[in-house]
Amino acid sequence: MDETVAEFIKRTILKIPMTEMMTILKAWDFLPENQLQTVNFRQRKESLVQDLVLLCESKRASLRDAALLDIICEDVDLFDMERFKSSFEKILRRALKNVTVSFRDAEENAVWIRIAWGTQYRKPNQYKPVYVVYYSQTPYAFTSFCHLKSNAPLLSQALTVASNHHKIVKMDLRSRYLDSLKAIVFKQYNQKFETHNSTMPLQETLELDMHMDSRIIHENRIEKERVQRVTQETFGDYPQPRLEFAQYKLETKFKSDFHGGILAERKEPLRCLIKFSSPHLLEALKSLAPAGIADAPLSPLLTCIPNKGMNYFKIRDK
Amino acid sequence: MVTRPSVLPLRAGLPHFERSARTSRAAVRPPTGMSVLRPLDKQPGLNTATILLVGTEDALLQQLADSMLKEDCTSELRVHLARSLPLPSSVDRPRIDLIVFVVNLHSKYSLRNVEESLHHVDATFFLGKAAFLATGAGRESHCSVHRNTIVKLAHTYRSPLFFCDLEIEGFRATMAQRLVRMLQICAGHVPGVSALNLLSLLRSSETPAPEDL
Repeated sequence: MDETVAEFIKRTILKIPMTEMMTILKAWDFLPENQLQTVNFRQRKESLVQDLVLLCESKRASLRDAALLDIICEDVDLFDMERFKSSFEKILRRALKNVTVSFRDAEENAVWIRIAWGTQYRKPNQYKPVYVVYYSQTPYAFTSFCHLKSNAPLLSQALTVASNHHKIVKMDLRSRYLDSLKAIVFKQYNQKFETHNSTMPLQETLELDMHMDSRIIHENRIEKERVQRVTQETFGDYPQPRLEFAQYKLETKFKSDFHGGILAERKEPLRCLIKFSSPHLLEALKSLAPAGIADAPLSPLLTCIPNKGMNYFKIRDK
Repeated sequence: MVTRPSVLPLRAGLPHFERSARTSRAAVRPPTGMSVLRPLDKQPGLNTATILLVGTEDALLQQLADSMLKEDCTSELRVHLARSLPLPSSVDRPRIDLIVFVVNLHSKYSLRNVEESLHHVDATFFLGKAAFLATGAGRESHCSVHRNTIVKLAHTYRSPLFFCDLEIEGFRATMAQRLVRMLQICAGHVPGVSALNLLSLLRSSETPAPEDL
């Protein structure tokens, strides 16, 4: 075996934390089980590495095998879930004696955390817990509504430190459906299904939709098609993630075509709040133009919601 | 005693309707050129009656059209659906016997659309061949167009106004029946009754005009 390959393997194995060692070597599957049994995994790391490299040499590991080992090291979740959990709990307990923290591992490197808050003198209230879902491979966590606002900073701090980040930012994105939040945040909502005819002529689609009596004539057929096209370009063919609200806080000066008029002379910005609510907001927005309730294209303030991952906006004059 | 003139001058850009705070400002332009719908510019088709429904909410118009076509009728019915006027000139269409402007009281946008479309209709249509249909009055809390606004608009154009919640199947079916009968009269398929006769009949049962009160 080449010197360089041996060195490369040695350095790669040195990088693996002891807790992951067995998992990675097994995943690599280059050194057979019985050979691994002969190695003493309790010795110091340097010695262990030396033994392993000797084994590799005897099996004549190639550069290819070494590269494979490298990939596996990157791939394995070096994020230590146990360490995260214990760190998270420790931080909370240090600040608040009365708190109940529970964990449940879920799919895809996700952990569900349940926190029941108490105070200095009161036991935790088990009927008003906060749930947090943390996806360890991503920098995102989802929390349920926290009744005790005062505990929010503590929760943020615990999450930040335990997950080895240095800052946490609250996104302006809220919904009752965790799957929709995930779809928006992980940008998974625009998965197109593969079809054989990926370019279906729009004409065809339109006529299939309407069971047209030939005695009914649509005068604005061309406009309708344009609206359908624009809507499809904006929203796509896929089902929209499910949100219930969009809220716009405006702090802008009043603009008017009429010169003079009470509001036009106001120096201070007008404050107003516009809230859209719907059982399925994005689908409702998508159907506005085809239903003739709004012009197409819709305002970008409405259509940017999944892209920007926001449904709570503050709008000020520039 | 002052009587209202019962015949509008031909080619009036309809002037002089009250600018109240409720009706939006409408620039009054006399209808010109090919973009104007005229009632008598084409030959009638044999036993054919064509209605044009104008309104922004396509789904409602489509449902109303379907309901109308379900009616038993000796005439051949045609329903044209348009979002707004003027109509695209490229289409070859039959003579239009009746125009119904559909306004959704829940939407100022739909009212504005109708107001602008009205400019593209020749005044002679308003001698019994035009009508207004307001939908959504049943859900008062959703209404953003005041009832008076649409009443005034219909009054200005001297045309009948119907209130009907098109979303409700029973009401829609009844309305469809009325429209089919009205359409037949406007197309001249009912002997002895003309569109103008019908208009006078409908008008005499109206409540007095707001300005007369």
